[in-house]
Amino acid sequence: MQELTQQVVSGLANGGIFASLALALVLIYNAMGLVNFAQGEMAMFATFIAFTLINHGFSYWFALPLTVAIAFAGGVLIQRVVIRPVERAPVLTLVIVTLGLATLINGAAGFLFGYVPRVFPSPFSVSTVNLLGAYLSYQDMGVIVVSGVVLVLIYLLLQRTTIGLMMRAAAHHREASRLLGVRVSWMLALGWGLASAVGAVSGIMVAPVLVLEPNLMQTIIIYAFAAAVLGGIESPLGAVVGGLIVGVTVNLAGAYIPFVGGDLQLAVALAIIVGVLIVKPNGLFGRPSVRNV
Amino acid sequence: MQLIQQRLRTAPPRYWLVLVVALFFVGLPTVVSSFQSSEWTQVLIFAIVIMGLNILVGYSGQISLGHGALMAVGAYTSAILIHRYHVDYLVTIPIAGLLTGLVGFLLGIPALRLSALYLALATFALAVVTPSLIKRPVELTGGVQGILIAAPDPPQFAKDAFAAITGGPAMTSDQWMYYVSLFLALLLFWFAWNIVRHRPGRAMRAIRDREVAAATFGINIAAYKTMAFGISAFYAGVAGALYGVTSGFVSPDSFPLALSFQLLVGTVIGGLASIAGPLVGGIFTFWLPIISSQFVSSQPWIPAQIASAFQKAGPAVTYGALLIVIMIFAPNGIVGLVVAGYARLQARLRGAGDRGTGQMPPDPQTV
Amino acid sequence: MASKGPRLGVLAAFLVTLAACGGSSGTTTATDVGITSNSILLGNTIAQSGVAASYGTIANAENAYFTYINNQGGVNGRKINFKILDDAYAPPNAVTLTKQLVEQDQVFAMFSGLGTQTQTSVRDYLNTKKVPQLFVATGATTFDLDYGMHSFTLGWQPPYQGESRIYAKDILANHASAKIGVLYQNDDYGQDYLKGLTDGLGSSASMIIAKEAFDSTAPNVTSQLVKLHAAGVDTLFIFAIPVPTLTALATVTALHWKPNQIYLNSVSNPASYMKFAASKGAAIDGVISVSYIKDPTDPQWANDAGMKLYRTVIANCSTCDANNGFNIYGVAVAYTMVDVLKQAGSNLTRANVMSIAATQLNETNPFLLPGVTVKTSSSDHFPIMQEQVIQWQGGATGGWKLQGSIIDERGTIK
Repeated sequence: MQELTQQVVSGLANGGIFASLALALVLIYNAMGLVNFAQGEMAMFATFIAFTLINHGFSYWFALPLTVAIAFAGGVLIQRVVIRPVERAPVLTLVIVTLGLATLINGAAGFLFGYVPRVFPSPFSVSTVNLLGAYLSYQDMGVIVVSGVVLVLIYLLLQRTTIGLMMRAAAHHREASRLLGVRVSWMLALGWGLASAVGAVSGIMVAPVLVLEPNLMQTIIIYAFAAAVLGGIESPLGAVVGGLIVGVTVNLAGAYIPFVGGDLQLAVALAIIVGVLIVKPNGLFGRPSVRNV
Repeated sequence: MQLIQQRLRTAPPRYWLVLVVALFFVGLPTVVSSFQSSEWTQVLIFAIVIMGLNILVGYSGQISLGHGALMAVGAYTSAILIHRYHVDYLVTIPIAGLLTGLVGFLLGIPALRLSALYLALATFALAVVTPSLIKRPVELTGGVQGILIAAPDPPQFAKDAFAAITGGPAMTSDQWMYYVSLFLALLLFWFAWNIVRHRPGRAMRAIRDREVAAATFGINIAAYKTMAFGISAFYAGVAGALYGVTSGFVSPDSFPLALSFQLLVGTVIGGLASIAGPLVGGIFTFWLPIISSQFVSSQPWIPAQIASAFQKAGPAVTYGALLIVIMIFAPNGIVGLVVAGYARLQARLRGAGDRGTGQMPPDPQTV
Repeated sequence: MASKGPRLGVLAAFLVTLAACGGSSGTTTATDVGITSNSILLGNTIAQSGVAASYGTIANAENAYFTYINNQGGVNGRKINFKILDDAYAPPNAVTLTKQLVEQDQVFAMFSGLGTQTQTSVRDYLNTKKVPQLFVATGATTFDLDYGMHSFTLGWQPPYQGESRIYAKDILANHASAKIGVLYQNDDYGQDYLKGLTDGLGSSASMIIAKEAFDSTAPNVTSQLVKLHAAGVDTLFIFAIPVPTLTALATVTALHWKPNQIYLNSVSNPASYMKFAASKGAAIDGVISVSYIKDPTDPQWANDAGMKLYRTVIANCSTCDANNGFNIYGVAVAYTMVDVLKQAGSNLTRANVMSIAATQLNETNPFLLPGVTVKTSSSDHFPIMQEQVIQWQGGATGGWKLQGSIIDERGTIK
């Protein structure tokens, strides 16, 4: 029984990691109706920037907001320079551009920072807390809590502010929003900036729990996709709930389903993605969408 | 006879270009080294799979980030048949193609329910999972040990013909496999050309451009889309089998995510919805990593700083940057650029007088 | 009568000359592809981009040693040119690039190719072409074990199975009632280690009560460790590459699990990774591993002649971190390569170099632990088969301490 509890608790910890990156994916989707394949790499790169700042003597609490600001600016810059020229292009073009971006950023990180794994500090301690007989570290809890805070902030932004409304309008009804005076292009840039900032927070929280290296987010992003898809790609709440569910499911499947075993855990994420998309494409919390001729 | 002469006279210049290119490839191994022939074999193999991927992505508008996985199916089918069942390697190639085609067709069924973005996601996840999936059935695939494939000996008739033409050393296995790959590439290109020229091609393009409208026209969306998947998988399977035989070894690490990604990149950069595009794509896919890591650093006229930065940054940075630039400035790929440039040149040459006629520019998508 | 002296003298001179020539089997000089009057060309494929890119520094360290030797005049007057190509750890790339090095660049030999799958993919080709595949940078046992079928291929570092046999010996001698659990990577690396452990335990293999595999695409190894803990394991083996190893150590502590013994494999034991694990909260005191090579961060070698030489050499590589255990590995194996080339003298043919490497090595390497010799003979083609047990002491600021004496595993792997 204790083993099961521990597997679930550890799964929740993993889930927090997936949720934090999934929030960034959801933000981008809300901003432009597209998932950004480069989200994980951007988050990793921002974390390396934080690492560099800290190494040059800045305190963690100064480096963190500075990095988030830099990440925001970076996201806006990328949208202006790389995405805007292909805004109207078909989905395939955009997918390839974001994939190209992912490759570019990953290669750049490897080139600039090397492939040796680095220690990244965390404001939370590594000591653990006993939860119904299972153990969870403060760092793991920190990831979940911070994801929750970010979730609330995103929800407030999207649902309760004018800017959030403008962003969502620009994403789904471009021409109509233009007619109403919404600066569509800048809304998209804002969306990219915010997603990048959320990604930076994710990376900064996750790097201490895992290891900081250029390939940090390479497999995490797939679990994050699974989380976003499961929760409903438009819903930040879905991202967090989805993340936790994916984390627990992957752990339990790996531990208790002999067919899956310890080596096919990623396949579980794949199965979740495909299964959800076929059975209930809008996920747990999403709304159905209409495709026009 | 008269008909043939008439056809020859009215054939568009493109056809002559195709003939010249084909002859170039046929003659290539007689003038370059065996090693260089093996390099061009890899180009042809990539061109084959990209041709298939092009049918799926360019003509029917479905994204696949998982064609590396399909190549793996083809490669392992061939390897297992050769290794365990002692089937002749040439026979395994069409079997690998058909089996992979079936797998692709089956994959196409759930894919119907996925929109473009989600299909990209799902196939992306498939590509990442592929090495782990290969490792699982150890009895069948050899797991991480992989399967070794002996380099096939050229048959006597080929050796004799080659020796007669070149008068040089005996035909190597690499040169023989070059010709096998070339033959299959020409055959499969011709097959693809016929598909896109006729009804299936038109139906697929209609689906790609305006799916809902196409359905109202009575086009069987599901049939054509799954067919596109099946056909593109067939190509990937054939290419995969060749990939395995020419490498002499198949293993889980031979089919990483990077491969699937490179294939999609090659397709787009070559030029979507074109027949020549895949060849350009194959050249690009094979040569870019080599050029960025070896060529640049060995050129004395490039300053050492730039060269070493280029080399150390690796093909990843170059790929990424090139991809973005091409998608922004030349979304129809290199072939699209060439065709557009040619059309503009033609318009110039014909003179200003044509501007009033309202002539449409030649459609780059029809051959 | 007077002519006897000079005749004897001539005879003596003749015999001496004969003796001097006899050492190189009758030929005075011989060269081969890739050898010119003043250079030797060696080829290498390694991962310098992609997921395995952290190993890429090994080739740079090897090049640093070759630069050092070249600065001293080279090997018997010839400079070593080392061509390094990036195969991104994928076998098809390794095949193409190796063919290029052999057929286009015309290298004399392939040296220190990295990766089990990649080097397996080119092994048959190189052996058919009789190009030496020397000192492959992988501990997969097959490269030494299968010399009989591939006489142009040789490993260098202690094979993984040899290493885990040493662990088995330690267990049987000191912890005979251990309940063993193994966390292993699901690839040739982890599986090879596991086989060595199982074979080494022999009839006591049932001491292994639980085994958990993990794939490099898993988010972490927590669920596997939870299962091992729940199975009652009190002796844990971690057969994984550095990053999952150090996260595993941290997770064990986080689960409040205190196994009696934790055994780590040698690839993942450099002190920098241990300290990394400690910074994540891992309790690393008492962890056991083995080593055969000096660790640059170990203070006991600070004034050691071999370590000083290493620091001089590694300065030739501007991107190499001198404290990275991978780099001293590169310098050490390059030392052996140069040693072989020197021994070949003027008979620089591929066959001769291969024969020396595989059957005539007897080298004391300044970068390996004292007592470890690099040795091959006509019946033994495992260059390094000696390691010493090390145990971590001193917590986050401590280091590995050598335990006992060098353990010799020669002859145990058939």
